[in-house]
Amino acid sequence: MMSMTHLLVFPVSAKRLACARNLPQLVGLGLVLLVDWLVSPQFFNLRFQDGRLFGSVIDVLNRGAPVTLLSLGMTLVIATGGIDLSVGAVIAIAGSTAAVLINSGLSIWVVIGSTLVAGVICGLWNGLLVSVMRIQPIVATLILMVAGRGIAQMITEGRIVTFVDPRLAAVSGGSAFGLPMPVVIVLAMLGITLLLIRASALGLLIEAVGINRRASANAGVNTRMILFLVYVWSGLCAAVAGLVLAADIKGADANNAGLWMELDAILAVVIGGTSLLGGRFSLVMAVLGALIIQAMNTGILLSGFKPEFNLIVKSVVVLAILFVQSPSLKKLLSRSDGR
Amino acid sequence: MRLSMVLIAGAIAAMSVAGSAQAGDKLLVGFSQIGSESGWRAAETKISKIEADKRGIDLRISDAQQKEENQIKAVRSFIAQGVDAILIAPVVATGWETVLKEAKDAKIPVMLLDRGIDVKDDSLYLTVVRSDAVYEGQAAGDWLAKATNGKCNVVELQGTVGASVAIDRKKGFDKVVGEHPQMKIVRTQSGDFTRAKGKEVMESFIKAEGGNKNICAMYAHNDDMAIGGIQAIKEAGLKPGKDILVVSIDGVPDIFKAMGEGEANATVELTPNMAGPAFDALIAFKTKGVVPPKWIKTVTKLYEPDSARAEYERRKDLY
Repeated sequence: MMSMTHLLVFPVSAKRLACARNLPQLVGLGLVLLVDWLVSPQFFNLRFQDGRLFGSVIDVLNRGAPVTLLSLGMTLVIATGGIDLSVGAVIAIAGSTAAVLINSGLSIWVVIGSTLVAGVICGLWNGLLVSVMRIQPIVATLILMVAGRGIAQMITEGRIVTFVDPRLAAVSGGSAFGLPMPVVIVLAMLGITLLLIRASALGLLIEAVGINRRASANAGVNTRMILFLVYVWSGLCAAVAGLVLAADIKGADANNAGLWMELDAILAVVIGGTSLLGGRFSLVMAVLGALIIQAMNTGILLSGFKPEFNLIVKSVVVLAILFVQSPSLKKLLSRSDGR
Repeated sequence: MRLSMVLIAGAIAAMSVAGSAQAGDKLLVGFSQIGSESGWRAAETKISKIEADKRGIDLRISDAQQKEENQIKAVRSFIAQGVDAILIAPVVATGWETVLKEAKDAKIPVMLLDRGIDVKDDSLYLTVVRSDAVYEGQAAGDWLAKATNGKCNVVELQGTVGASVAIDRKKGFDKVVGEHPQMKIVRTQSGDFTRAKGKEVMESFIKAEGGNKNICAMYAHNDDMAIGGIQAIKEAGLKPGKDILVVSIDGVPDIFKAMGEGEANATVELTPNMAGPAFDALIAFKTKGVVPPKWIKTVTKLYEPDSARAEYERRKDLY
């Protein structure tokens, strides 16, 4: 009897520990959803229309898809101690590429393939600057953040390029398994990323590079390759987000697509509990962070607040969530627990 | 007073003669354009070239790529070239005193296009050619009041918070709403002047109001947000232009396309032809010494679906 409880204690407490670590985000999401429900009582209403679920909760998942996609790549980049400011611009490049190519009459798969390749090329460029040239990530990716939008404007010749191809539009407007296509794409990308990272040693190596690049290099980790990989993955995720955004409005808006979205993605990762200093990371929590941000945005839109308050409301909520996560507060709380 | 005016006009005339010696009897005008950040801006540049050709004006355009320092450099280079007049589409309202003083000292008249500037001494520029954004909002409101007999619940997609155009277009529309007791704005939010945000905001409005039961019309501060909103209306299983009326401002080609397809009901044009009236005022000033008013208001015109197809064809290559 004794030995059995002894056996049970360890896994339970480990699980409880993981739960406690993720508690602030879960409580945060719960609170934001509660407020959403208070400002808009029909928030959780769902109905089936045109072969897919329809409702505000679905809107949160659907509208949150681009930032969620970005946060997948961003989490890995941040885990290496880096940052990718260029993802918003890569969205613009990807959207422009897709819109211009589909209008030139290429087949949908060629268009999607080329768009993803464009994202990968952007990632390779960032990877080159960070891992080979050893430029500080914030500066290295700033270059593409500025230049990328210019490249996108060159592709679209400064206008909003619209398209009518129903198959490309379906990337955002379509549905599968009763869910909007962007939600399905997010789930697929999350699955693929988790598989790549956690089914192999890759996740461990990324954390190692983030904690101490030199030490991991000395231990035989190919740090250069790891850095290349995370920036390429970030570029690829941004390209997918770009496809979704372009498909959403059936056009490529090089000036506005993904504008400032890199900041929301970074915020999602931070809300998800991944430190900007690198090291331990959690993809699922970053996704949760992105959902908190979008639940908040949707709530603000539903609330009927004056638009002048949008940014203030948003920053207060973010501040509250980060405050709950702060190590000092945790220490204070655990002390009052008597531990 | 009159004498000094004549003297200035005389001096300018003398200069234009000197200028014309090089440019072959043509007025030489420098135009510092902001850049090409939108389709409208590109159309303004194209039309200014066409309008200059019509009047036999030699127009030199400098693209500032959204930077004031580039505009100031361009103005200085126009002064050095001894142009007959300078047009500026100012990217920001402040910081123009020094360079405009230089132009004034060189006796080169400066005309502002599309936007005003903040200067203490308004003799630093001859005139500003721009639309009346309050009136644009009012025209949209008047159309809607007439179409619905003054009885309508409106959802409003505002421009970027704090942008002067957004404030004015709201002001004009609110004025009309105030005049009709049964007309009210049930929801208003910022759609940042973009299609994506306009769509997202409209999507949430439809959810919040439970379909179109409580929404009779959507008023958007620009066409791009309206186009996004139209998509949101369609995806909610409603018919834009019928279940929810759509009225917006700008007159970009895509909104005419939407009107042609019956998905939008009216747009108030913000004409990209700012240079035409400026050239006319300039020629009158140079040849007859007519001093233009400080604000030349461009014509604000509302378009309805009947002319949509023709207007689309006319515009699609300009933007």
